[in-house]
Amino acid sequence: MRKIAIYGKGGIGKSTTTQNTVAGLSELGNKIMVVGCDPKADSTRLLLGGLAQNTVLDTLREEGEDVELDDIMRIGFNGVQCTESGGPEPGVGCAGRGIITSINLLEQLGAYSEDKDMDYVFYDVLGDVVCGGFAMPIREGKAEEIYIVVSGEMMAMYAANNICKGIVKFAESGGVKLGGLICNSRNVDFEKEMIEELAKKLGTQMIHFIPRDNVVQRAEINKKTVIEHEGENGQADEYRSLAKKIMENENFVVPSPIEIEELEELLIDYGLAG
Amino acid sequence: MSELVIEKYKEKTDPEFIKKELIKKYPTKVARKRSKQIVVNKVDGDKNVPEVFANTRTIPGIITQRGCTYAGCKGVILGPTRDLVNIVHGPIGCSFYAWLTRRNQTRLTSEDDENYMTYCFSTDMQESDIVFGGEKKLKDAIQEAYDLFHPKAISIFSTCPVGLIGDDVHAVSREMKEKLGINVFGFSCEGYKGVSQSAGHHIANNGVFKHIIGEDDSIGDGEYRINLLGEYNIGGDGFEIDRILADCGISVVSTFSGNSTYDQFANSHTADLNTIMCHRSINYVAEMMEKKFGIPWIKINFIGAKATAKSLRKIAEYFGEEKLIKKVEEVIKKEMPYVDDVMSAARKKCEGKKAMLFVGGSRAHHYQELFKELGMETVSAGYEFGHRDDYEGRKVLPSIKIDADSRNIEELEVSKDPKRYKPRKTKEELKALTDQGFTFEAYDGMMSEMEQDSIIIDDLNHHETEVLINLCKPDIICAGIKEKYVVQKSGVPLKQLHSYDSGGPYAGFKGAINFYKDIDRMVNSKVWGYIKPPWESDPELSAKYAWE
Repeated sequence: MRKIAIYGKGGIGKSTTTQNTVAGLSELGNKIMVVGCDPKADSTRLLLGGLAQNTVLDTLREEGEDVELDDIMRIGFNGVQCTESGGPEPGVGCAGRGIITSINLLEQLGAYSEDKDMDYVFYDVLGDVVCGGFAMPIREGKAEEIYIVVSGEMMAMYAANNICKGIVKFAESGGVKLGGLICNSRNVDFEKEMIEELAKKLGTQMIHFIPRDNVVQRAEINKKTVIEHEGENGQADEYRSLAKKIMENENFVVPSPIEIEELEELLIDYGLAG
Repeated sequence: MSELVIEKYKEKTDPEFIKKELIKKYPTKVARKRSKQIVVNKVDGDKNVPEVFANTRTIPGIITQRGCTYAGCKGVILGPTRDLVNIVHGPIGCSFYAWLTRRNQTRLTSEDDENYMTYCFSTDMQESDIVFGGEKKLKDAIQEAYDLFHPKAISIFSTCPVGLIGDDVHAVSREMKEKLGINVFGFSCEGYKGVSQSAGHHIANNGVFKHIIGEDDSIGDGEYRINLLGEYNIGGDGFEIDRILADCGISVVSTFSGNSTYDQFANSHTADLNTIMCHRSINYVAEMMEKKFGIPWIKINFIGAKATAKSLRKIAEYFGEEKLIKKVEEVIKKEMPYVDDVMSAARKKCEGKKAMLFVGGSRAHHYQELFKELGMETVSAGYEFGHRDDYEGRKVLPSIKIDADSRNIEELEVSKDPKRYKPRKTKEELKALTDQGFTFEAYDGMMSEMEQDSIIIDDLNHHETEVLINLCKPDIICAGIKEKYVVQKSGVPLKQLHSYDSGGPYAGFKGAINFYKDIDRMVNSKVWGYIKPPWESDPELSAKYAWE
C-alpha cells in the first residue's frame, strides 16, 4: 500500500486535484482510500457527490468510544473509500489535535490493515503545516510520499518551500519523502518553467503541469470530479496522466528547502518583478 | 578516624568560594546567569545592597522549586476563600493537585456558613473538549455548581490547554453571570504564562480587584478597621493573628485571603488601613486600593514575637489614639512572658546553629526573625519567586527592567473612584506621621536585614542545595515538599514553610512558641546522625582480597 499526503497553500486546489487524481487511479484498477484532514470536511465531496458524510470526530463525539469503521467510511466514485476527519467550527478548539485523534482512531479501527488490500491511501491536508496536528500525516510514517500542489504565484511557492522544511524535519524520524510538485496552473507567465526550476532547486521534480480549465468549475458545481462529469474532456486526461505518473513515480527525495532570497531571485529571473 | 572527623567538619566559609563551587559545574551560559542570581550580601549604611537577578526564567533542566502561574492564582490567592466556588477549567490533574495542598485553614462562623474548600471542582476536559473547544462544558459546569450549591460567586481558572485552544472564559463568565444573577468571573492564569507562580498572584490580584472589591459599600462595626493582606492562614496563622488583633481591639475587615469570605473582599475597601504581610503576592491589590479608594498601606510582619509586637505598635501609631496604643502595650506585656520562657529555654540549645531559608516571596525573609530570636543565624536565603524589590527593597522599583515576561501580565489602569475615594488621613496627619519616622508603602527587602557575607540565592535548585549542604553544613533548611526528602537524606532536617508539615501556627505570639519548640526538636534531634549507616563510617570487620 502506498501512503500519500497532499499538501499546498490554502485555496491552491489540493482537494480538487487529489480527488481527480484518485478518480484517475481508480480507473486504472486501484483500490483507494481518501482521508480528508480539513475541519471543513470537504475533501471527498466530489467523489461522494456531496458533503453528506459523518466525520470521524463528530461520530466520536456523538457515539463515544463505540465507533465502527462503517460509521465513518463511505464508498464514493468507482469504489473509492472516503473518510473525513472533520473538526471544530472556525475559531474554536484545536483542529490540529483533532487530526491527530482522528488518524489514530482510523488506525485503531483497522482502516489501513493488510486485509483491506488497499493500493493507495491519500491524506488531503489543510493549508500550510501550521502546527503539530497538521504535520500528523507525515509523522511516524503515516504517509510516506508527499506531493505539493503549487502554482506560479509567489505565496504558493513560498508555502511549498515551507512544507519542504516540514518534510526535512520528519524525513529523519518518519522516513517521509517528497515525490514532486504538482503545478495547478494559475496562468502566471512562464509558470511551467518557473515551477520546474523551483522543483530543481528543491531537489525534486515537477511531476505534472495541470492547465487551467473552466471544466473543473463546472464539475465542481455538479459535485463531481472532471473524470466522472466530463470524462471525454481533455482536462480529464490531464488528471489521468498525473495519476499514471504518480503510479510510476520512482523519484523520492528529502528536499532541500531554499532561502527566501533565492525564491525572490527566481521570480525576478523569470521577469515577474516587472 | 580523627582525621576523617576533622575533614568532615572542615568548613569552607568564604562566601565567594561557596559561590564559585555552586556554579562550577554549569555550562558557561548557565554559570553566567546563575552568577547574577547568587549574590554575596553587602549592606552599606544606606541599606544599599547588591543587585539580584530575580524574576527571570528558570533554566531548563534545572530542578527548580518554582510552581506555575495557575498554582499562584488558584492555589495561593483564591484557594483559601471558603464561600467561593473555584472551578478549574482543564484536565482533572490540575484541579486535584492544586486543591488544599497548602493547609489553608478556615473557620465557619455558623452552621449555615458556606464552605466549598473541601470540594474539588473541575470541568475534567477530555480530548473531544480540546478538539471542539470546552466552552459548552464550562457553561454546564457553572450551571451544575450553581444548581447544587447556589453560591454567592463562582470563579473560573484557566489551565494551559484552555489558553492553547482559546476558550474565552471571560465571555462564558459574563454570560453565566447574566443568566444566574450571581458574580461569575474568570482568570486567564494558564500555567505557562509567567516565569513562576508570581505571575499568577498578579493575575489573581487584578481579578479580585476588578470583580469583587467594592461590591459592598456598607460600613461594618468595629474600631480601627484594617485589612490583613498576604496572610493565607496556613496551619492557623491567621487565627492567631486574629486573636491578637481582637485582643488589641483592632477589627479585621478582610484577610487576603486566609480564612476569608467573598463578602469580606467585597467590603474590604471600607477599611482604613491595609497591612501587608507577604509583599510579593499581594502588593498589587494594596496599591490599587490606595489609588482608587485612598487607603494607605504599610508593611507589617507577624512572624516572630518581636516582629509581631513591632507590627502591632506600628498599626497603633498609624491610628494614633492613646486608647489603642495603651491596649497594644498591654497585650504585648501580657503575651511576652510566655514567649520569653520558651524562647530562652530553646535558645540555650539552638544558639549558634545555622539556618537556610529558600521559600516563597516573603517567608524566606520573615522567618529569619524567629531564627534570630533563637540565636540562630541565617547563613543563606533566597526566594522561589520573589522580585528584585523583595530582595533589595522598593527603592529599586524604578530601576527594574520590565521584560517581555512581565509585560505578558495585565497592569490595570486604576484611578480615583469619583464617589468613594476618601483619604484616610489629612495631609497634615500624614506629614506628622512620616516626620516621626513612620513609613508608608515601604519595604526594605530581605537583604538589608541580613548579615554581611550571607549568601543570597534566587530560584535555588537541587544541585545547588546539595553543594550548599556539603560546604556549609546547615543545621536546618526551610523550603517545601519538593526539597524535603532530598535534604533529609543528607542528614539535615527540613521544615516546610509552605505547609508547615503538620505543624503551626507559627505567626504571632503563640505561633512563635510553637516554632521555637519545633525547631529545637528538629535541630537537636539525634536521628539525623543515623542517616549514614554505622558500617559505612565505622566498619566492624574489614577485609581485602588475597591478591591485593
